[in-house]
Amino acid sequence: MISVSQLTKTYGHVTAVDRISFDVARGQIVGFLGPNGAGKSTTLKMLTCYLPPTSGTATVNGFDIFHQSHEVREHLGYLPENTPLYTEMKVSEYLDFRGRLRGMDRGSRGKRIDYVVERCWLGAVRNRVIGHLSKGYRQRVGLADALLHNPAVLILDEPTVGLDPTQIRETRKLIKDLGGDHTVLLSTHILPEVEAVCDRAVVIASGKLVAQGTPEELRTSRRMSARVLVECRGPAREVESALSRVSGVAKVDVLEPAASADRQYTTFALRPREAQDVREEVASTVIRNGWPLREIRLEHATLEEFFVQVTARQAQGKAAGVE
Amino acid sequence: MSTSTPISQTVERPSASVAAGGDRASAPPAKPGFMARSMVIARRELLSYFISPIAYVAMLLFLLACGFAFYQDFQPGQPAMMRHLFDWMLWFLCFIVPMLCMGSISQEWASGTIEALMTAPVTDTDVVMGKYLGSMSFVLVLFAPTLIYVILMAVMANPRLDLGPVVSGYLGMILAGSLFVAVSLFCSSLTRSQVVAAVSAFAILAVITILPWLVGAWATLGDFWRRAVNQGVYARYADFSKGVIDLAHVTFFVVGTATFLFLTVKVLESRRWK
Repeated sequence: MISVSQLTKTYGHVTAVDRISFDVARGQIVGFLGPNGAGKSTTLKMLTCYLPPTSGTATVNGFDIFHQSHEVREHLGYLPENTPLYTEMKVSEYLDFRGRLRGMDRGSRGKRIDYVVERCWLGAVRNRVIGHLSKGYRQRVGLADALLHNPAVLILDEPTVGLDPTQIRETRKLIKDLGGDHTVLLSTHILPEVEAVCDRAVVIASGKLVAQGTPEELRTSRRMSARVLVECRGPAREVESALSRVSGVAKVDVLEPAASADRQYTTFALRPREAQDVREEVASTVIRNGWPLREIRLEHATLEEFFVQVTARQAQGKAAGVE
Repeated sequence: MSTSTPISQTVERPSASVAAGGDRASAPPAKPGFMARSMVIARRELLSYFISPIAYVAMLLFLLACGFAFYQDFQPGQPAMMRHLFDWMLWFLCFIVPMLCMGSISQEWASGTIEALMTAPVTDTDVVMGKYLGSMSFVLVLFAPTLIYVILMAVMANPRLDLGPVVSGYLGMILAGSLFVAVSLFCSSLTRSQVVAAVSAFAILAVITILPWLVGAWATLGDFWRRAVNQGVYARYADFSKGVIDLAHVTFFVVGTATFLFLTVKVLESRRWK
């Protein structure tokens, strides 16, 4: 449904988006993930035909974003960042205006407005002026507008920013429900959002694509192997060197004890080589040395860690490039 | 001049598109009629004027000022004509139109609504024409109450009021109003700040309207400069209020309006060149 190929946007000397390529299949919900300023919004603006790419192409719903911009926009629902709305209008007036703008006739306009108002829980504020609504309600008005013409593709730029926890949960549920019928591309810098809502994630940092895959794939990707946590009592230095001699262990870190933790015990974090399970080896090593063992646990990497890693790498690369 | 005719066309499109659209709303909507999307934008623009306080302030000032101007014409023993009123109205428009149109596009930039607008299936020309027609409609609304003066004059005048100069005077007002709206929209498209938009629009209007009049009225000029001054808006407008409809003047206003609207479209397009 969405196919992006070598998409690039430069502003003067600054490259905001650098040769990004990815695809979104029909009915999928894809999270577009990256730190602030990574080029997420710029990419979405290009996909929604607000800005033309400097080079590269993309198709949305089979239409080229540059040459068939009108067709792309007809089949696209877009929630821009910060949900810009005409604040002097009433919710129903605004949706009616948007429907007219999309060339919907009176009958289908009325029906669709009723539907999106119900779907986005706007019934209570339908006749209120948008300027008087809370951030959460405005966000939903924007979402209702994006859904109004029942578009095949929905592009949502940070749909849950500024909402309270209940609203975030409701909005995520709504988006999840929309998958299947609609193809959804949503940008966010919040990781749990991707894990909660998305089928796939595309990660960018400093304008470059750094990874893509299902949240599961990203978490278990090779460079993000799991680690083994060992908590035992004994001389830290000795334990560390003993553990690092265990075959299959690549690296041993001594973790800072938590404030509330029992000071006698130390926690070691072991990075296994490849996808090797080193727990048995480690346990017998510790016990052989007579150090009381309290816990041994395999910890899967979080998406958060993955994120920090890839973006840090990106930043380092960039700094090195400058020098 | 096409300023008022399209407005009377209804915005509703014929129901033929219902059958074409079918059940699923995402089915491609029927091809919109000529300017249909502009009309939707114009309608919203006009309605938004009636909500904004600045429009009411402008309306009040305009009508008060017109009332005073009319008072000069409406005296016993004076010839039954409305030249003073028309003369003054041009100066009022110089101030009021920039005030009315200052937010028309600059607000869209400032609040980001331009992004929602331009990602709907509309062209830059649709947007500019919509803004222009909406603002122009409001200017016509602004003029409407002054028709009372015409009625008063017609009832009280003895001998009868000559309607010719009145009609041509209104035509001149509408043409000048149209040019002023186009200039103000252009300035509004250049900036995010309403104040900057209003001030720059006023500056342009002053250069093409007030400055030539001042120079013409107070300086003894050579032939060349005299002719240059006569190209100003006031000199052309004055002919209308005298009852002269000169095609060259009409062309001046129409071409001027079209030029500034074209420039406005280019400014909207320019975001794509950055």
